[in-house]
Amino acid sequence: MSIAVQFQQVSRHYDSVRAVDDISLDIVEGEFFSMLGPSGSGKTTSLRLIAGFEQPSIGSIRIFGQEAAGLPPNLRAVNTVFQDYALFPHMNVLDNVAYGLMLKGVSKDERYRRAEEMLEMVKLGQYGTRRPAALSGGQRQRVALARALILQPRVLLLDEPLGALDLKLREQMQTELKALQRRLGITFIYVTHDQGEAMSMSDRVAVFNKGRIEQVAAPQLLYNQPATAFVADFVGAANVFDGELAGTLVGQQRAFAVRPERIRPAGQLDGDVVRVPGKLLDIQYLGAVSRYEVEVFGQKVVSMVLPNENGNAVAPAEIGAAVTLAWPRQAMLPLAG
Amino acid sequence: MMTASLSASPAVPPLSLWQRLGVALYRHPGLQLALLLGLPLLWFLVVYIGSLATLLAQSFFTFDDFTMEVSRELTLANYQQLLQPANFDVVLRTLVMASAVSLASAVLAFPLAYYMVRYARGWKKGFFYVAVMLPMWASYIVKVYAWTVLLAKDGIVYWSYQHLGLGGAVDWLMTLPLLGGNSLTTSHLGRFAVFTYIWLPFMILPVQAALERVPTNLLQASSDLGASGAQTFRHVILPLAFPGVVAGSIFTFSLTLGDYIIPQIIGPSGLFIGSMVYTMQGSIGNMPLAAAFTVVPVVIIALYLSGARKLGAFDAL
Amino acid sequence: MHSDQDRAPLWLRLLAYGGIGFLFLPIAVIIIYAFNAESAGYSFPPKGFTLAWFPAAFARDDVLAAIGLSLQLALLATVLALVLGTLAAAALYRREFFGKDAITMMLILPIALPGIITGIALLSAFRLAEIPSGFWTIAVGHATFCVVVIYNNVIARFRRISYSLVEASQDLGADVFQTFRYVVLPQIATALLAGGMLAFALSFDEIIVTTFTAGNETTLPIWMLNQLTRPRDVPITNVVAMTVMLITALPILAAYYLTRGTEDIAGSGK
Repeated sequence: MSIAVQFQQVSRHYDSVRAVDDISLDIVEGEFFSMLGPSGSGKTTSLRLIAGFEQPSIGSIRIFGQEAAGLPPNLRAVNTVFQDYALFPHMNVLDNVAYGLMLKGVSKDERYRRAEEMLEMVKLGQYGTRRPAALSGGQRQRVALARALILQPRVLLLDEPLGALDLKLREQMQTELKALQRRLGITFIYVTHDQGEAMSMSDRVAVFNKGRIEQVAAPQLLYNQPATAFVADFVGAANVFDGELAGTLVGQQRAFAVRPERIRPAGQLDGDVVRVPGKLLDIQYLGAVSRYEVEVFGQKVVSMVLPNENGNAVAPAEIGAAVTLAWPRQAMLPLAG
Repeated sequence: MMTASLSASPAVPPLSLWQRLGVALYRHPGLQLALLLGLPLLWFLVVYIGSLATLLAQSFFTFDDFTMEVSRELTLANYQQLLQPANFDVVLRTLVMASAVSLASAVLAFPLAYYMVRYARGWKKGFFYVAVMLPMWASYIVKVYAWTVLLAKDGIVYWSYQHLGLGGAVDWLMTLPLLGGNSLTTSHLGRFAVFTYIWLPFMILPVQAALERVPTNLLQASSDLGASGAQTFRHVILPLAFPGVVAGSIFTFSLTLGDYIIPQIIGPSGLFIGSMVYTMQGSIGNMPLAAAFTVVPVVIIALYLSGARKLGAFDAL
Repeated sequence: MHSDQDRAPLWLRLLAYGGIGFLFLPIAVIIIYAFNAESAGYSFPPKGFTLAWFPAAFARDDVLAAIGLSLQLALLATVLALVLGTLAAAALYRREFFGKDAITMMLILPIALPGIITGIALLSAFRLAEIPSGFWTIAVGHATFCVVVIYNNVIARFRRISYSLVEASQDLGADVFQTFRYVVLPQIATALLAGGMLAFALSFDEIIVTTFTAGNETTLPIWMLNQLTRPRDVPITNVVAMTVMLITALPILAAYYLTRGTEDIAGSGK
């Protein structure tokens, strides 16, 4: 296993803003790696640093061991799928896909043949003569993918490529992208703010916040052992208890998080559990499950998610009435900081 | 199959000279900027700013009235000469004309611009835009020429008022001190008409742009609240369109201020700032005084611009 | 809005169309008198229709020389302005640096200040540097005030095209020049064409700066001006006036249709 992309203490500053703040990171060859975070967290800047559209203020970025800082984008062995697809509007689809080969001096017949192949691969075989403007969002996305992949990059960078698509299409494309990555065996670095997307496709996820990486881990680990309150909250829903609350609850002043689906009405759990009295504020019916908002200690609102029975919510109490919550002690996820 | 060819892709080969240039550009954004901006910046600094600087320098040179020659001896005499009463007349004459032209343009432009914004739809909108833009860009000298044709003895204007029985009225107009002259072509009124015509499109477009930004529902809201058409106009449209009028007047005012061809061809004798400058450097050869005189319109325009900025005209541009 | 409310009151319509009529009256006059049979004077109504003045005008050496000179000048000024304006737009787009506002201001200044100032400044500099007035001094002056037209058109287009197109091109292996050749140039082509036409019209028609920098050269507008101050050949002048009008109006119309629906054509101003 070799390292595809390596960040060593990389920072990118704009005036006083630290878009990327002292990041070190190894991305392994062949993995599907996601950069997850809210907008402005530094994930897109990190991707652009790999592509070469930005240059680090400090630090070193290595691509397959070679120092990339100072190397312009056209000399890097990575290709990018852009958020707005960035298809050249004055060229037809075939010329868009063949663009990279044209620059390499591949003969016209050869590059069109290979562009056709790429279009077949993304199921757009008959669309070669169309202009990008005549394609749907999903089709443009596939053209962008074909155009980037025709150069056979060892690393493909994807900047929120599904952001502009509607939900159904997005889910379908997620499956296809994952399948494609497995088939090609190349490294995908995928930027998204959608935690569901990151979790479902990735081998590993880096969670970005305020220019720093909070945690890098496989999706399951991220969910079950979040390192920080931010990760617990951002990846899936979480009830985060700060040190002070933790102290009054369990006598130990260390912040922790509990997933809403691990919480139950006190009567349904035995054994080593933590119990908290509270008041039911609200019930939100979500189809397969319902979410119950419960106020504890007269200040903190805790979410509890219970499966519905026969499609109906089973409320533990009336809204406004007292309810006691409980969760197993091992469901508490200790947090740093 | 694809993976096989992928892993075969080699380490980066040594860079060509061309690629190394690309790398240098990439590493030094300042170099990119210098390469792009260097030529235009050099051109403007040398040709334009350099010229303005020499002009300013010349205004301090000495002009010898006897030998009619310029020497590089520095003096403030040219600026002192500016303050002579005769020169005040020139400045005043020009200022009055520039103000009158701006005012008339605003009055003529407003209904047209208002109609364009409020009522012209579809192809008509394009038609009106082209109909304003085309005369604006059409040859200046040809338009001035056309007016000499229009105003000529026995020309169209003359023919029209004779046939309308207005001959006496026009003759009477020509006797008035501030408007008149020997004939239409040599009258103040004729010069004023030509100036107004030439710069009118420069007023219409900014006013139109300003009106374009008045939301239609604002007009309706006002009339729904019981305001009459006149009240809506007075209290809603006019205040919102005023910056556009001021913006337009920057053009009409400064273009009139600097013009020397129209005063030369149409209207009575009597110098304008522009013709003063032109005559000074041309037939007299007193470049230092001409140079000093160009400072006058620049100062007036600068004052005008600072006033216009306070009235919000720059948001309307 | 209701259609009945949407109809303008009669007086407003009269003022609006009257305004347009006013703007086109002199243009109509030029067209009518070019075909006027009268050989001296401007009497109305015209004395009859003739095409005879056209061959007469275009047989005159002074007219042909003036047209030729003006076309060459406009062409050269346009080419110079295209290069300088595009470079300036590329330099100032997406960059922030000290002095940027001053540079933008400097580009606009030649058309913002009255032409007489630009003209006399150039003249004083050429004299001081002992450069004789002539073709090249006119061209330099024209190019200087044409730059802003190109700059405005090109930078407006830059702002409309997504910068990710440039990044995509680099990402796919293009160097700076290839990106310009294959991606940027096709995107700005119509803006360059439109700006170029406006610059051409602006230069072809220019008189104020030209009178200062021309020396003994006679451009077409200067030929017109000479006729205005010392009228000799009225019918010839009428034909030349219409020619100048057409040569400036057609590129402007073309520029308008090229950029229609994309942006206003470059800043107003002489």
